[in-house]
Amino acid sequence: MGLVETAASIAAALLLGALTRGTWRTYLLLVFSVLAVYWFQPTVRLRSFDFWFPSLTLALVVLVWFIVSETNEWRTRQNLIALIVMVGLPALIGLIGSLLPDPLLFRPLPPQFGEYVLFLLIAATVTLIFYRLSRRQSWTLSAVILLLIAILIVLKTPALSVQTSMFFRALQHRPLENASATDLRWLGFSYIAFRLIHVLRDRQMGRLPALSLAEFGTYVVFFPSLAAGPIDRAERFAKDLRSEFKLTQEETLSAGQRLALGLFKKFVIADGLALIALNDALAMQVRSTGWMWIILYAYTFQIYFDFSGYTDIAIGIARLVGVRLPENFAAPYLKPNLTQFWNSWHMTLTQWIRSYFFNPFNRWIRGYKSIPAWTMMLMGQLATMLLIGLWHGVTVNFIFWGLWHGLGLFLQNRWSDLAKTRFHTNSARWKSAMHVGGVVLTFHFVALGWVFFALSTPSLSWKVFGKLLGLF
Amino acid sequence: MENKPRIRLIGVLLKATLLFVLFNFAFILIKDVPLGKLSLYNSIFPGRERFPFGETRESYNLSLFDLEAMFASHIIDGTEKAPHEYRVILIGDSSVWGTLLTPEQTLAGQLNANPIARCGKTVHTYNLGYPTISLTKDLMILDQAKEYQPDLIIWLTTLEAFPRDKQFSSPIVANNTERVQLLIRNYHVPMNSTDSTQVNSSNWEQTFVSRRRAIADLLRLQIYGLLWASTGIDQIYPDDYERAQLDLEANEDFHGLSSLQDSLAFDVLEAGMSIAPNLILVNEPMLISDGANSDIRYNFFYPRWAYDEYRLMLSQTTAAHNWNYLDLWDLVPSNEFTNSAIHLTPSGEKLLAGKIAAAISEPCK
Repeated sequence: MGLVETAASIAAALLLGALTRGTWRTYLLLVFSVLAVYWFQPTVRLRSFDFWFPSLTLALVVLVWFIVSETNEWRTRQNLIALIVMVGLPALIGLIGSLLPDPLLFRPLPPQFGEYVLFLLIAATVTLIFYRLSRRQSWTLSAVILLLIAILIVLKTPALSVQTSMFFRALQHRPLENASATDLRWLGFSYIAFRLIHVLRDRQMGRLPALSLAEFGTYVVFFPSLAAGPIDRAERFAKDLRSEFKLTQEETLSAGQRLALGLFKKFVIADGLALIALNDALAMQVRSTGWMWIILYAYTFQIYFDFSGYTDIAIGIARLVGVRLPENFAAPYLKPNLTQFWNSWHMTLTQWIRSYFFNPFNRWIRGYKSIPAWTMMLMGQLATMLLIGLWHGVTVNFIFWGLWHGLGLFLQNRWSDLAKTRFHTNSARWKSAMHVGGVVLTFHFVALGWVFFALSTPSLSWKVFGKLLGLF
Repeated sequence: MENKPRIRLIGVLLKATLLFVLFNFAFILIKDVPLGKLSLYNSIFPGRERFPFGETRESYNLSLFDLEAMFASHIIDGTEKAPHEYRVILIGDSSVWGTLLTPEQTLAGQLNANPIARCGKTVHTYNLGYPTISLTKDLMILDQAKEYQPDLIIWLTTLEAFPRDKQFSSPIVANNTERVQLLIRNYHVPMNSTDSTQVNSSNWEQTFVSRRRAIADLLRLQIYGLLWASTGIDQIYPDDYERAQLDLEANEDFHGLSSLQDSLAFDVLEAGMSIAPNLILVNEPMLISDGANSDIRYNFFYPRWAYDEYRLMLSQTTAAHNWNYLDLWDLVPSNEFTNSAIHLTPSGEKLLAGKIAAAISEPCK
């Protein structure tokens, strides 16, 4: 989201917060969120895909809602209204786009209206089939989870993205040699997929509360958190929507403070640091060890201020419409060990991974009694951090980044156990020194890990490590 | 429970608006403070070998219009003149600045690589070239450069810098209206009084909102200082680029002129020559094409008639004023030009540096 999108979101939220009450608020939030899915979608070079990606997002939202909702729930008046919004608005956008192709209003280049109708028919048929199957077959939910994971893998794996782009280019009779992974920039899909998987898993476990389509749709594509999270939980989000909300002066001021902080962090500090932060070009160009450390520190702070700034903006905008999005950061660079760092960095993602991967994985592996406890811990931490790395992209460098943190967490846990028995003391000075030492060590461990995250290839990363250690 | 004081939204908005207005108007009060002189260069970061100029983020450089800031970022600003230093300043266009050349490959870099002596002192050369072609732009830089105690100024120029319609087209000239007015007054340069550069700027133009671009550029220049310090890169060096045109159009036009008489800004040149007593004027090398229509044009810039007439006028003027003048127009062979008829390869620069070095090391008068 750029400044224009952010300003428009703030204005929309102020308007909604000040003027709407009760169910109207939910419906209008759904309307604005559906519009935002289309408006925020970046332009892609595949013809009409900046229209198809948002449309597919909405189709997936409707599909998942149908299979997790009770039988015939869709027939209620309020759900039909929400369905009309989610189907009708895209049609309207497509219609306006083909009549008045004004990029300021709607960036997507819409397809032919007939193509959209065909898309609707296919989406409705698929939804109906899955809906019917889900009443009788429990594997339907798992099938949709697998489908979401498969899409995520394609989008996150550069080689697969290029192949997919070539496939669609061939269908559109366009030159294949221009195919690129950026052709498949699907706005916010990583977050959307995780929200949908959370809902599907909770439905499988029988702990998903009933949600109307308007509540569910708003939850998945809620415009403040669409592009960069946080990943809220559906039942918590719905509670906010259902509670009475009046935009008071105090609420506006508190949201304003959060927004000001977020805007400053993102558009002043992070964008300033971005000019000098580590990247592929600088990895080759920086001439000395000292400057390489400074460039790495710049990246370390840039990624924090960028991401936490976005979170502040999302939280601030959401407050204006009465939604209390969860926190995503809690001073992560001031934490004395890696476990605490991961409890305060991108918290909603780590909580999601903990709930839906780490805990089930640990329960599963404990079944193998022959495996020593430390091996179980190592495997659990490596697998979890590897998954977080792969969520960012299926590349060798993200794998290294995940392994770096997985090993780091394991070693830190071992050290903590050892320190508890060997170095236990009540000296306040010693504890304070250990705390400061821990903060410095953890910060630098995380900063060194960003080398893998910031660069595209391992060879560049080794070069940077060499430079940081004064070897080259 | 503690009672928190109630904050009124309207009060916050009013205070914010008031602070915003005051902050803006504070910039009117400090309009004469040269903010550009506040620089991290030559203290935290090393000074630049040449002026900041560039349009892409990959070059870690930018073009800005604040001459004070440009000088403050230059190495000359942070270099105390030593008693044994013979300070030479180079003025000119992109060929002096060094498009596609590293700082060491430029004319200044090559002159400094093989130090020469003059008047018992060691010559140190500073590159104050700037990549737009206009005598008025050169005059602006010359006027500012004289503060840096040059012993000798070498001014490289070419016909394209002379036409009157080119004088204000350089963005750095067009965005320094007050400085241009001052030059006109101080050096009695006859300029058209209706020219847009001679409009006084209003107070509104001094507010923070109006000056936000200039202030942002100033901040970016400081941030790029870190990249200059850490990489030594100040422009992009592409592996491949389009070579200067050898096959030319059969077109004899030069700025729509039928004769150069009264169309060239020799008065600006005269003003520049009056700034420093010790100044060598150089008619810089250019590509002489032997491709299609080279009987009509020398290169992309010049039809033969215009350039021949210019050379004649320039040699007559320099002789009449007894100026120190070097005509090096045909010094460099055509294969030693890069992407323009005035941009030299490192070997071309070396050839030029040899001639300039010979001129610098002439016996001390």
